[in-house]
Amino acid sequence: MRLKILNSGYRFGTKMLFAMIHAFSRYPVPDAAKLVFYRPDFYGSPMKAFTHAAMRGPSEWSVGDRELMAAYVSKFNGCQFCIMAHSAVAERAFHDKAKVAAVFSDLKTAPIGEPLRAILHMLGKLTREQSVDADDMRTVLAAGVSRKQIEDALAVCFAFNTTNRLADAFDFVILNSNAFEVGAKYLLSRGYQ
Amino acid sequence: MKDNRNDAVDFGKLHKAITARILDGAGTASYSQRRAAFDNAGLAGALATLIDKVARCAYKVTDEDVTAAKTSGATEDQIFELVVCAAVGAATRQYDGALSVLVSVLNEKGGGGYAP
Repeated sequence: MRLKILNSGYRFGTKMLFAMIHAFSRYPVPDAAKLVFYRPDFYGSPMKAFTHAAMRGPSEWSVGDRELMAAYVSKFNGCQFCIMAHSAVAERAFHDKAKVAAVFSDLKTAPIGEPLRAILHMLGKLTREQSVDADDMRTVLAAGVSRKQIEDALAVCFAFNTTNRLADAFDFVILNSNAFEVGAKYLLSRGYQ
Repeated sequence: MKDNRNDAVDFGKLHKAITARILDGAGTASYSQRRAAFDNAGLAGALATLIDKVARCAYKVTDEDVTAAKTSGATEDQIFELVVCAAVGAATRQYDGALSVLVSVLNEKGGGGYAP
């Protein structure tokens, strides 16, 4: 990480927790997790509450759908850490690596339902161009996506538009794929709180 | 179909908790600097360069950008806060913008024709 405080500026109890996680998982605590432990009252705690609600709260989108949205938004922000982390969670949630790969290689032909395809397309545009217009929104509604589903997807998009920026600005260390698998297992069982 | 309205998440409230804390709560950077980073407007010098990249193209941030911000006098805690404000601010503009487009489209249709 680019700031020393994000590597070593933690309270004693937090440092002990990081050491225990490292000992049990055999991998260092990922930078994404470290960030939310730094002065948690400023950013980590309120952001975790939002992110957990968006990713694991009640929604007509499945957990896999929402993790795929997170990975897809990360792609348009060019955020390698988050692409790898959340593709791994989506693959695990769907029990289907090929589906995630297909969405990344060509959204138009990927074997997913039309509502998910339509919302991913809009989230990609929103992330890339920073805005969407009424026609974009009408297209999503016409694909059968409900108002509530759009609101839920926009919440996922907000969480990852924030997280992607922090991952790249602070330069989260990219771990090997085994470490991302361990992280994915944790995020599926425990979520973001 | 299951009615989710009773257990629906209040994202507006959760979002407000984030922005209120980083902009109006205690911090090491001044309130005006945090607001400027959130809006990506009104900062100068190395901080302006760093914050603009975070808001518009965070993948282009370099070690040198962060070093230059420190050399200009900002502490690590101030940089932490301002980068967080810039990221949340940029994401908030997209989020609020898309939500208001959604509301205006639903209003023009009077809600008719679309699933609730």
